Amino acid sequence: MGTRECKHICGESSQGIGEAGRTGEWRSARPVIDHDKCTPARQNKPACFLCWLYCPDAVISKTIPVQINLEYCKGCEICAQVCPTHAITMVNEEEFSS
Amino acid sequence: MKTNAVNLTETEYVLPGNRLCPGCSVSLAYRHILKALEGQVIVTVPASCLTVLHGMYPVTSVTVPCVNTPFASTGASATGLIAGLKALGRTDLTVLAIAGDGGTYDIGIQALSGAAERQDDFIYICYDNEGYMNTGNQRSGSTPLGAISGTTPILGKQQNQKDMTAIMEAHGLPYVATANASYPLDLYDKVRKARAIEGTRFIHVFTPCPPGWRFPFSDTIRIGDLAIQTGWDILYEVENGAFRLTSASASVARKGNLRPVREFLVEQGRFKNLTEEQINQLQDRVNARWQRCLDRATDLS
Amino acid sequence: MKRSSVLNVADRNASVQILDGNHAAAEGAKLSRVQVVAAYPITPQSPVTETLSEFVEEGNLNAEYVAVESEHSALAVCTSASIVGARTFTATSSHGLAYMHEMLHWVAGTRLPVVLACVNRAIGAPWNVLNDQQDSISQRDTGWIQIYARNNQEILDSVIQAYKIAEAVYVPVMVCYDGYILSHTEMPVDIPSQEDVDRFLPPYKPHTTLDPAKPRNYNLVTLANPRVNAEGVLCHGYMEIRYLLQEALQNSRETIARVGQEFGELFGRSYAKMFWEDRLDDADIVIVAMGSLAMEATVAADMLREEGHKAGVLGLRVFRPFPKSDLVKALKKSRLIVVFDKNISYGLEGATCSEIKSALYGSGANAVVRNFIVGLGGRDVKARELADAVKKSLSSMKEGVLNNEYPEWICEI
Ligand SMILES: Cc1ncc(C[n+]2csc(CCOP(=O)(O)OP(=O)(O)O)c2C)c(N)n1
Ligand code: SF4
Ligand code: SF4
Ligand code: SF4
Repeated sequence: MGTRECKHICGESSQGIGEAGRTGEWRSARPVIDHDKCTPARQNKPACFLCWLYCPDAVISKTIPVQINLEYCKGCEICAQVCPTHAITMVNEEEFSS
Repeated sequence: MKTNAVNLTETEYVLPGNRLCPGCSVSLAYRHILKALEGQVIVTVPASCLTVLHGMYPVTSVTVPCVNTPFASTGASATGLIAGLKALGRTDLTVLAIAGDGGTYDIGIQALSGAAERQDDFIYICYDNEGYMNTGNQRSGSTPLGAISGTTPILGKQQNQKDMTAIMEAHGLPYVATANASYPLDLYDKVRKARAIEGTRFIHVFTPCPPGWRFPFSDTIRIGDLAIQTGWDILYEVENGAFRLTSASASVARKGNLRPVREFLVEQGRFKNLTEEQINQLQDRVNARWQRCLDRATDLS
Repeated sequence: MKRSSVLNVADRNASVQILDGNHAAAEGAKLSRVQVVAAYPITPQSPVTETLSEFVEEGNLNAEYVAVESEHSALAVCTSASIVGARTFTATSSHGLAYMHEMLHWVAGTRLPVVLACVNRAIGAPWNVLNDQQDSISQRDTGWIQIYARNNQEILDSVIQAYKIAEAVYVPVMVCYDGYILSHTEMPVDIPSQEDVDRFLPPYKPHTTLDPAKPRNYNLVTLANPRVNAEGVLCHGYMEIRYLLQEALQNSRETIARVGQEFGELFGRSYAKMFWEDRLDDADIVIVAMGSLAMEATVAADMLREEGHKAGVLGLRVFRPFPKSDLVKALKKSRLIVVFDKNISYGLEGATCSEIKSALYGSGANAVVRNFIVGLGGRDVKARELADAVKKSLSSMKEGVLNNEYPEWICEI
């Protein structure tokens, strides 16, 4: 099977999630949210969302409760660093593999 | 209403699973730049880490139209987009040219200066990671004095950075601003403001680079903030000649609590060979620049 | 210009004006309704930029004229404007074309139908502003169609046809013409009416899309091997994209011929062939050259005929795509082929000569081929010198060497 079907005559790309693959696999530690500490979950209304604001990879949802897409989270820890209530802790991936 | 994390639009134009390093502030800054433009934009990008973010054919991580352009040509590529849109009668789109410091301070300065002199109607954003990171961290016109890079491997760079934002201001642009990835809302507001202005608008965005600067990727936001707290990077905007400090820099100026630049330097492996004399030189440079900003910031008193 | 009678200057709705080559190129661009023009002045191309800005400023051309700060930028502007969907034009010479080199590849790789007028000039060092064809020949391998005009009429006609060809096959076209000899020499030029050109040349339909409603990214990093896109379609690798460019140039021969034919039907001047011939029917000596040099060669052929030699001329018009099989047919009967090149591939010979020889390989043709490098940096080329070079080649034929190691130069060293 050749590539004629694609019809491109130059390098024309269209969007796709996970262009670099499942970048979650790059991670050595995983952010885990303690919703008892997380402001929007505690107040049950939109608030804070600083982790969402600062996540370089846009893998945190602006929802109640806040959720992290672990398929693509690169484990950079920025969310944990910026969280004012220390609701996010980084847990070594090895602890999930067993 | 002031923009904050709660009211900021949820729509994303940069998709997860892109190729940039963990903790890359370029990715963070770009998210908010595109939010501010609401996707109503045509982007042109030269060779850089941002090209890598955009992905590899036939898949892109970005949901806005984009034209990649050779390294030296970003400003001219923007002009071409503007001229093409005008010829076709399309007036609803903003043209955004976005390049690294290498693509702006060095190889792209001619095309950028040409476009700015023509007062072409576009936003130019330089994200500044203070080196050629895409090719593995070599020195650029924005690499600081004393910093170790691939082409200043032992002695560190022997020259100071050039002040590109001042160079662009000297073109007489209607809007010139600085921003910092650690202050995404200030960045967002500035891009929104720039969007509504006609002519060439220039925004410099300070973007810490964990592997290039040699700090842990979890510290990206803190390093960017330290740059502001020490005056290494200063947040301001110049609108039709009127200068204003913004966000955290305005607050540092008001409180008068600028911290020593050493605090910013010691956090990064690239500065590990700095001499005391170089640290003093860098501090003097920061002081002089900070003072110039204070002198210009007439709204502080 | 003895043989200009091969052109048929009789046409409806046309007016004849006395134009130099640069004005003919600018008129061609105007009649093609170019929408974005970006160019940077360089001798001897400068009057093209000036004339086009004049057209735009007086309101006779509804286009964006961008006064760029370099040739690299000129072509970068055309590239992006073309991706947006505008018809674009630029013109340059010599150092300007060399400065565009990176962008020339970029335009062809994006398959954009940009048209560029190259006013052929020598390239430094040392500085020289006069004519030869080293500039465009040095850009031979950038994936552009290259057409060489022999007079000012052909310049105008070629620019108009260039758009129709480029926009049909999505390959950029370089229309080359000799600096000063054509660019600054006035000749009668038949200017077709705008209505007729509009009939000939439909508006540009881009293959690219730049629209937030259907976001596309152009020219991202491309891998060596094919890759599947988000919809599961297997897309090209870098090499397949290159293959398609080569395929487009190969197939463009038909388009060039068809467009040239149609042009002839509408305007009375046919360009259905990739080269023109002068007395090849009975010639056993064929002189090959490009551009205005080939016109001079017809005068040399007159001299040779008067001296009893059956000489003819083949004026190569389309250099890329190279019309291999057509050339073989035209050259089959010749005993001696003398190729005059206003360029040199250092360490070998003139580019046209190499390519003619490669075309003949395996064709059964057994002609002696001789190559002369002439006219570099504005050195005057006299018909007498060309005729003498042919005679010199005739005597060297007797030695039975078909292919010389190196070319001869007509110069005074
Ligand atoms: C003409 C040319 N020279 C060199 C390169 C190689 N190159 C690609 S990206 C790059 C550095 C980019 O640095 P910068 O603009 O600072 O962006 P960053 O990679 O740091 O994001 C270089 C030197 C090129 N693509 N084109
Ligand atoms: S930053 Fe912390 S408190 Fe705020 S939303 Fe995120 S997890 Fe909750
Ligand atoms: S900030 Fe980093 S660690 Fe946190 S969710 Fe985003 S990618 Fe994962
Ligand atoms: S090298 Fe630096 S700028 Fe480039 S992707 Fe990595 S972190 Fe970002």
